[in-house]
Amino acid sequence: MLALYLRDVRLGIRAGGGALTGVLFFLAVIATIPFGVGPDLNLLARIGPAILWIGALLASLLGLDRLFQADREDGSLDLLLLNHDRHLLAFTVFVKCLAHWTASVLPLVVAAPLLGLFMNMEPLGIGAAALTLLVGTPAITFIGAAGAAVAVALPRGGLLVSVLVLPLVIPVLIFGISASYGAVNYPNPFLQPFLILCALTLFLAVIGPVAAALALRSGAD
Amino acid sequence: MRLIAENIEGRRGGEAVFFDIGFTLGEGDGLVVTGPNGAGKSTLLRVLAGLLPLAAGRMALEEGGEDFPSVASACHYLGPENAMKTALTVSENLGFWQAFFGRPHLSILEALEMVELETIGHLPFGYLSTGQRRRVSIAKLLVSHRPVWLLDEPTSGLDKRSETQFSELMRTHLLGGGMIVAATHLPLGLEGVQQLRMGGR
Repeated sequence: MLALYLRDVRLGIRAGGGALTGVLFFLAVIATIPFGVGPDLNLLARIGPAILWIGALLASLLGLDRLFQADREDGSLDLLLLNHDRHLLAFTVFVKCLAHWTASVLPLVVAAPLLGLFMNMEPLGIGAAALTLLVGTPAITFIGAAGAAVAVALPRGGLLVSVLVLPLVIPVLIFGISASYGAVNYPNPFLQPFLILCALTLFLAVIGPVAAALALRSGAD
Repeated sequence: MRLIAENIEGRRGGEAVFFDIGFTLGEGDGLVVTGPNGAGKSTLLRVLAGLLPLAAGRMALEEGGEDFPSVASACHYLGPENAMKTALTVSENLGFWQAFFGRPHLSILEALEMVELETIGHLPFGYLSTGQRRRVSIAKLLVSHRPVWLLDEPTSGLDKRSETQFSELMRTHLLGGGMIVAATHLPLGLEGVQQLRMGGR
């Protein structure tokens, strides 16, 4: 399983893996917002966490459709399915999700503090946003795996994956942003939404891979 | 160990591609599946590998023991695609499959020597020619032990010399008590194996 993780991370980082695409997209979204809404520093600081979260969410949806499609095209997926007695398929999917998150989504979390400066956020707010992203983005990948597994046989499945996944990640978005706000706006709580966000990630870490494994098994042709 | 299939039926898109196919393979037995395009050779192999559902009939691996509880767990599947990543080197690709399959058999270098590619282990898989890619894919059968080899057009893209070499590898596998089910149009150079002729639609 470690071998699968290392292989997928290596593929994500090497040329053509698309790990940088997400970061560049994230940068493009955040960098254009101040031009769009105008140079009102207070307004930017207020909407900062929300923009960071929306940008990270959309950027992390970008490469999701390739999660299983690349393996399907070169025949690797057949062999991953074939060995389901040795490695539980849901666990294989889980490891692939972790590798995808490490290679494609973790760079977004790392870039988030820098991009928070663009939004005139204060240090505490930036820290809170980065922390909620760190905890919340795995949930997007796990549930995205289910969408990617459903659309694995479609040549242009990217849009379908986003449409399938987006409604399911709205709760993650809501609690992520409210925790980020809670850290800087005194009467709002931080801990409660943050814990719900953790719970969502843990919950989806189980549901997502199991659903994806089911979809992959029934979609084999 | 015996691989048994009785009256099995395979479907594609709800339509039966083949039905009432049966065979029994013991240790050291091979089965060559022939037939025109669309006869269901690849579907048969995918059904055996558990990649497509079995529509009717029964298939089982008897006396597989704890190591091989199901047919799929005892199989190597060499499909039309090579299941290798073009961005990784040949050795990295084989190393990954060896670690993932478990039950290591030959080392990566030894496996590459068997297909006479021991000098190109450091090259990215994407740089190789079609025949070389196929040979690396064949080396993948050797890095981990599986008693049953399911081969779908295994010799496509191979030159005469590599074909002979591959026949030799298959013979060694059969002599060692393995089983082979191969779907092919070309003679594989195996003697004393069972034949299964699948009809057209």
